[in-house]
Amino acid sequence: MNKQIHELSVIELLRGLEDKHFSVVDIVSHYLDRLNRFNPILNVYLSTNENALAQAKQADEEIKKNGFIKPLIGIPIAVKDNFLTCGLPTTASSLVLEEYYPQYESTVTRRLLDAGAIILGKTNMDAWAHGSSTESSQYGPTLNPWDIGRLPGGSSGGSAAAIAARLAPVAIGSETSGSIRQPAAWCGVTGFKPSYGRVSRYGVIAMASSTDSPGPIARTVEDAALITSVIAGIDKYDATTSPREVEPYHQLLKRKDLKGIKIALVKDYLLPSMRTEVKTLIQNAAKHLESLGAKIEEISLLDPKYSIGVYTVIQRSEVSSNLARYDGIRFGHGRESFGDEAKRRIMLGTYTLSTGYYDAYYKKAVAVRSKIIEEFENTFKQFDAYIGAVSPGPAQKLGATQNESMFGEMADVLVNPSSIAGLTSAGVPCGFVDGLPIGLQITGNQFEEAKILDIANLYQQTTDFVKFPKYD
Amino acid sequence: MTNKISPIIGLEVHVELTTKSKMFCGCPADHFGKDPNTQTCPVCLGLPGALPVPNQKAIEDTIKIGLALNCQVNEQSHFDRKNYFYPDLSKGYQISQYTEPFCHDGFLLLDSGKKIRIERVHLEEDTGKLQHTTLNDERVSLIDFNRSGVPLVEIVSQPDIASSEEAKEYLKKIHAIVKEIGVTTADLEKGQMRLEPTVNLNIDGHFTPLVELKNINSFNFAALAIDYEISRQTAAFEKDGLEKSKSNKQTRGYDSVKKITFLQRQKEEANDYRYFPEPDIPPFRISPSVVEKLRGQLPQLPDAIITDLVSLGIEQRFAKLVYNKPKIMNILNVIARRNDVAIQDTKIDINKLVSLIVNKKIDISSDISSQYKKLTTVGETNAGKLTVLVDEILTQNPKVVEEYKKGKTAVLAFLVGAVMKLSQGQADAQTVSGLLLEKLK
Repeated sequence: MNKQIHELSVIELLRGLEDKHFSVVDIVSHYLDRLNRFNPILNVYLSTNENALAQAKQADEEIKKNGFIKPLIGIPIAVKDNFLTCGLPTTASSLVLEEYYPQYESTVTRRLLDAGAIILGKTNMDAWAHGSSTESSQYGPTLNPWDIGRLPGGSSGGSAAAIAARLAPVAIGSETSGSIRQPAAWCGVTGFKPSYGRVSRYGVIAMASSTDSPGPIARTVEDAALITSVIAGIDKYDATTSPREVEPYHQLLKRKDLKGIKIALVKDYLLPSMRTEVKTLIQNAAKHLESLGAKIEEISLLDPKYSIGVYTVIQRSEVSSNLARYDGIRFGHGRESFGDEAKRRIMLGTYTLSTGYYDAYYKKAVAVRSKIIEEFENTFKQFDAYIGAVSPGPAQKLGATQNESMFGEMADVLVNPSSIAGLTSAGVPCGFVDGLPIGLQITGNQFEEAKILDIANLYQQTTDFVKFPKYD
Repeated sequence: MTNKISPIIGLEVHVELTTKSKMFCGCPADHFGKDPNTQTCPVCLGLPGALPVPNQKAIEDTIKIGLALNCQVNEQSHFDRKNYFYPDLSKGYQISQYTEPFCHDGFLLLDSGKKIRIERVHLEEDTGKLQHTTLNDERVSLIDFNRSGVPLVEIVSQPDIASSEEAKEYLKKIHAIVKEIGVTTADLEKGQMRLEPTVNLNIDGHFTPLVELKNINSFNFAALAIDYEISRQTAAFEKDGLEKSKSNKQTRGYDSVKKITFLQRQKEEANDYRYFPEPDIPPFRISPSVVEKLRGQLPQLPDAIITDLVSLGIEQRFAKLVYNKPKIMNILNVIARRNDVAIQDTKIDINKLVSLIVNKKIDISSDISSQYKKLTTVGETNAGKLTVLVDEILTQNPKVVEEYKKGKTAVLAFLVGAVMKLSQGQADAQTVSGLLLEKLK
């Protein structure tokens, strides 16, 4: 093989292992070496797995003994720091959980480990996943590998940067509203948000319980599909997981064209404030999909500003309740360790749930949410998917969140509606503006993972926007 | 004072369900006497990322309780989060039900025929327990989470109860019902059933401040606490004339040694629990067919069993004593229905028999009819001796005899009692009464 180990996708790594081009130990030591060199610059990982090499040796033994029964045997993986991992500290980038070692394993990481994956380390994020910049991390921001003067997006900023800088072949993130797709877009990589209820939230430090969706950030749609097929599915520890059968998504990426596929281009998501270059990239993507055989139609959806209102109220309300357990009695650190953003959200959420305000805020937000869901149900009666930009623009500069308490909401305005409706959506690179990557979202109805991944994969296979900044 | 004082009493009853596992996790629900924190897991400890998964059996048990209390079952139902801080509350909120309880609008009938309306029957989780103690010369508060997450059913009545007697009867009936349907052992001493009366008074149209009495664990204490409150509130109102308002609701405890209630908390304003639907648990749809299935699983309820016994000729006071004692019930069913030939001949007086059994004169594990015969024939064969005893009592109590003859027939009971005492309980009361009436003619 001509490519170096860090240049390979998960599928390519598995093939390389099967062909004995390298061992798991080779892969893991290669990545650990890269971590040592580049993590101090980018602040992608908050902690690394000291046992990774030992686990790599075990994986090599296992391959010798059993072959490739486990679908991810020997694949190193970066995990966002809000997934509980036994033996690895889990902080959600908050000082409240500094040095917190979980007593149990999250379902997502449990499934990855059972599939043979090796956790490289835990990635930086906005503290408690509150934000879209990774700048609210209490351990310092992660820097965007494309321009270290810029933000990687968030909240899964560390996981997206890990893929962009090729400090992991694949990473796990979680999305409450945009937290997978938006950092993936800003870092120029692929992010996949499964439907709400498709992937278990057990062992994921809760942000907004009614929209939290774990998912992969990857080099390719194919890798994302493989990871999703491993982590998805009903979990007896999460009552909101769906009993629907999990499909082998990576094996269903069969489309050679998009004949018979109807895709909506949402006019309202081409915001007046958006830069023309971004709009052009999205229109180009529409044309490209059309050239593959899809029928493209411009449609109008509810102004996304309503989603922001709904999301802000529901998410803050749930946050105020979800963070109540960090009361200073357990977990080692007191409430004074909360950062400003968490405090702001707790206060706002407490207010919106209070007697006399509940009807005006929470209840109204839930009613509007039903309207939005209804609108999407109607849309998907006619269309297989809709497309739009993931974020109104490319990565913003470090410090952009200063005094902007609604920064995240503005950065996520275009992915927000799909999150509050629990839809599935892929974010894939669709071009560059000022040398910075821009992401396209391809969004489908709940539990249409297979269809969306298939369309996104074909788009990716037939375009050439997957690039990586040089870290050698 | 000639004020008309009417107590207004509502009751909240908490019952721990005796399910195998807790409400939202797989830990054992049986926590009594277990070493602290040995029955816990990420869910009931409220660890980061842990999620509740509802226990279906507990939901069915709750619906059964509701049905036994003549409630409507909500077709749509869900859990809510009740947000408040307390160290024994691991998540900072309790999963409970607020807007859509499983059951609502039922009633319970007292023996007088008075209907006590039941507002709601809902399901929630129990909290952990605090232990205030001294460790290494330091005063500390320890938390035991074994009880955290145990299913707890709350039965809330309307304020239809007018006295401590009614309250006690209501509570005893609730206790009998939840035990009879087999969803809980409802052991009050183990805290499996906890009683919380809310009491105030209507004094000539003026309402005294509401008092919530917390966590009482005996029917007698509940009655005593209510009576204490009635007199305390009466006296307080005479003194300060203070009437109920939004800001003067009190929470009081009951001190069973001093036999008084004491102030625990004065509520400045209503607690704001910031209820909202629990996002971790999808809402429930309970179809009419499920309700009917659960209704079909209900056993005969205590009042119906008692009515049955009464229809067999057993006095109500005896029926209440024996309805929940399976062994005695078996014997009674056999005898009362006269379907045992061997016993038919003995002409057993069923009430006499029950009385003998209840007073433990008859050992139910050996032959009953011979014991009965032996015990009851004493009085009859010694009729002569009995007449002597009756004469003796009449001679000893000339004044009472005189009163009787003046028409105060109620004194007969006293005379019967005296003869019975003299016979050391051997005589049959009805026979004695007959003899006395004869003599007093």
